[in-house]
Amino acid sequence: MSYNGGGVVAMKGKECVAIASDLRFGIQLQTIGLDFDKIFQAGPKLYVGFPGLATDTQTVHQRLKFRTNLYELRENRKVSPKVYASMVGNLLYEHRFGPYFVEPVVAGLDANNQPYICAFDLIGCANAPDDFVVAGTCEEQMYGMCESLWKPDLGPEELFEVISQALVNACDRDAISGWGARVYVIEKDKVTVRNVRTRMD
Amino acid sequence: MAGTSERYSFSLTTFSPSGKLVQIEYALGAVASGAPTIGIKATNGVVLATEKKHKSFLCDESSVWKIESITPNIGMCYSGMGPDYRLLVKNARKAAQTYLLQYGEQIPTIQLVQRVANVMQEYTHSGGVRPFGVSLLICGWDNGKPALLQCDPSGSFFPWKATAMGKNFTTGKTFLEKRYNPDIELQDAIHTAILALKESFEGQMTAENIELGLVTERGFRRLTVPEVQDYLANVL
Repeated sequence: MSYNGGGVVAMKGKECVAIASDLRFGIQLQTIGLDFDKIFQAGPKLYVGFPGLATDTQTVHQRLKFRTNLYELRENRKVSPKVYASMVGNLLYEHRFGPYFVEPVVAGLDANNQPYICAFDLIGCANAPDDFVVAGTCEEQMYGMCESLWKPDLGPEELFEVISQALVNACDRDAISGWGARVYVIEKDKVTVRNVRTRMD
Repeated sequence: MAGTSERYSFSLTTFSPSGKLVQIEYALGAVASGAPTIGIKATNGVVLATEKKHKSFLCDESSVWKIESITPNIGMCYSGMGPDYRLLVKNARKAAQTYLLQYGEQIPTIQLVQRVANVMQEYTHSGGVRPFGVSLLICGWDNGKPALLQCDPSGSFFPWKATAMGKNFTTGKTFLEKRYNPDIELQDAIHTAILALKESFEGQMTAENIELGLVTERGFRRLTVPEVQDYLANVL
């Protein structure tokens, strides 16, 4: 899990959610790429991040896309965040004894525009709290930052500031995370994606 | 004509010259000679009604049911061969649970119907098996809307507002065409379903020889004998 490094954090706000990831792609201590976003879009207001082993980041995303594409074709409707989270956990547990080395983070708004966040361990144990979720090589640092900066009912602008500070400062205390960051703020009528300047080391 | 059909009834993988799969025609014949089943979709629910005639008064009517629930929100009934129905009920229940396990949500009625119909179709496309000798009526409640669908031995499925299957189904359908309106409410629909069943009923209708099932926003349930008795008392 610490071969490539990286971190993802998601937070709930007032009628909005935010999810952020660092952009480093590295192999052990050598940094190779600066635009390896670990967050992907799974629906109009649903985003998911896969921090961990980079090859599994890509593969799990592709395999989930396979499943959600079929779901959307069969059922003629988009996946809701809870159902998507269920599918993530299901996929991971299918590989219980030869797992994917990712710890997914799901963030989105449900049909009533209520915020939903969820994090998983590598074998599919779900955790859907009311405040924030973190995952990656700098998760302990992120826990500290989120615990002190987060408060309930933050508006979209404030949420952006809080999640950015949490991610950036946590990555600064981790050698293999950082080298740029991208933050997604999901509101009921728009999604704003911003690149955040970080220390490039 | 009879000669041509007989020649092609030994194997399911062959079409008759006229382009028919004769085994499916025969299966539909088995359905049409089965006990009548009625389904009516109302604005606030769906009612299933079926005749459950027993061969002798020694039969214990309360041990075996025709109307079965598949999930808390979906119920099913049939016309045709009971043993074939049992297998499909088992299949449907498993499909519903598999869906719940994967998606964390109860299966929508249409999705369940597609999966059951798919099984029925496979038995028309495989060697050494015969089609199911049942037509199913599946009713459910999804997201505030009622649903009523029929599955045939061929594997095709149809959404219905109201329909009749089994013996005298054409009489039943004509009756329903006259009595159905899109604003019908559930209580009215139950009344109409019992009357439709009565059209082709031989002998006295009692709470022991018919079954009623309802699906509403509170979910699916089969009515108890006393409840059926109450509805019958209002109709007869």
